[in-house]
Amino acid sequence: MSETPFLVLSAILFTIGAVGVLTRRNALVLFMCVEMMLNATNLALVTFSRVHGNLDGQVTAFFVMVVAAAEVVIGLAIIVTIFRTRRSASVDDASLLKY
Amino acid sequence: MIAFWLLAPLMVAAALGVLFARKAVHAALLLAVVMIGLAVLYLVQDAPFLFAVQIIVYTGAILMLFLFVLMLVGVDASDSVIETIKGQRVLAILVGLVFGLMLVLGVAQVSLGAATGLEAANADGNIQGLADLLFSRYVIAFEFTAALLITAAIGAMVLAHSERLKPRLSQQEMAAQRMRDYADKGKHLGPLPAPGVYARHNAVDTPALLPDGTPAEASVSRVLAARGTVRSAPRLADDIEELTRRLNDDGSSNIPGEPDATPKGPIEGDPSQQQSQTRDEGEEQ
Repeated sequence: MSETPFLVLSAILFTIGAVGVLTRRNALVLFMCVEMMLNATNLALVTFSRVHGNLDGQVTAFFVMVVAAAEVVIGLAIIVTIFRTRRSASVDDASLLKY
Repeated sequence: MIAFWLLAPLMVAAALGVLFARKAVHAALLLAVVMIGLAVLYLVQDAPFLFAVQIIVYTGAILMLFLFVLMLVGVDASDSVIETIKGQRVLAILVGLVFGLMLVLGVAQVSLGAATGLEAANADGNIQGLADLLFSRYVIAFEFTAALLITAAIGAMVLAHSERLKPRLSQQEMAAQRMRDYADKGKHLGPLPAPGVYARHNAVDTPALLPDGTPAEASVSRVLAARGTVRSAPRLADDIEELTRRLNDDGSSNIPGEPDATPKGPIEGDPSQQQSQTRDEGEEQ
């Protein structure tokens, strides 16, 4: 079982997530794309863990998951707070620092 | 490897779906497909613990959290297609393509040699091996994770908490307020009037008519008024007259009882006036 296809899939998913972050306007979809990027890196970590024959990569992937969970909780709370005050989940509307 | 070739196209398609889905709910469900696919790929690569964590934490907890927030924010909060920066979308896709191509080519050219495999590392079982590492070499990081999770939980509570600025009115106080309104402004003390009930149209979105023929504003729910879906009763009456006149004109070829045959537009009644009036009411809330 070769590992290059796994890494290529990981790269593709990461790229799709990055393009999503750059193009989408809805804060929630933006966040989902960030999650997809984190997941893609996890796949690469698990693959490299198998290549090198030790479990450090899997432990790191586990830590990435923990950090992602904490990040999602805070991020969604921020989105809800912004939505409560501005009635919009679009990232273009939160532009107070621009002016 | 069969699992990989079956899942990889599916996952890439779902990921592209996340990118192009107009509705956020569809994006969330497609993301669930990607994540479950990843979980299976973890299992294929000798990581059963991460397989379980991926399913439970990601698809079970995080995506459900996304769906909850979508429900709070409103499912119809769809994306706007207007570009705020000119040419940004095209440039972003171009940069993404170049980046992806570079990454894929780079990864494809590296020869990693034969994979060692995890048979030796997983000899005592995957979870035991992970626990050995987690509680020896990575124990400091593990402790910090605890601090991070506590901070995240407290932060979420602080952010989501909204302070009640005024104390909640008790029933007694509301009754006293009613009496005071009656004494000061002469506001009607009894319950609100019921909505209009007509022979042909019987619904809560039609206001009752006062003796002088004007609609009673208090007889329709404030929520309906804010949505702007209130029908106007006099217009409804006009419409009925119009319909009977038309029926008399062309005989009885039309089926008079057909509710769909009635023109929708005129029934809505004076939309501009109704809208502006109801908007104002909506702002007040």
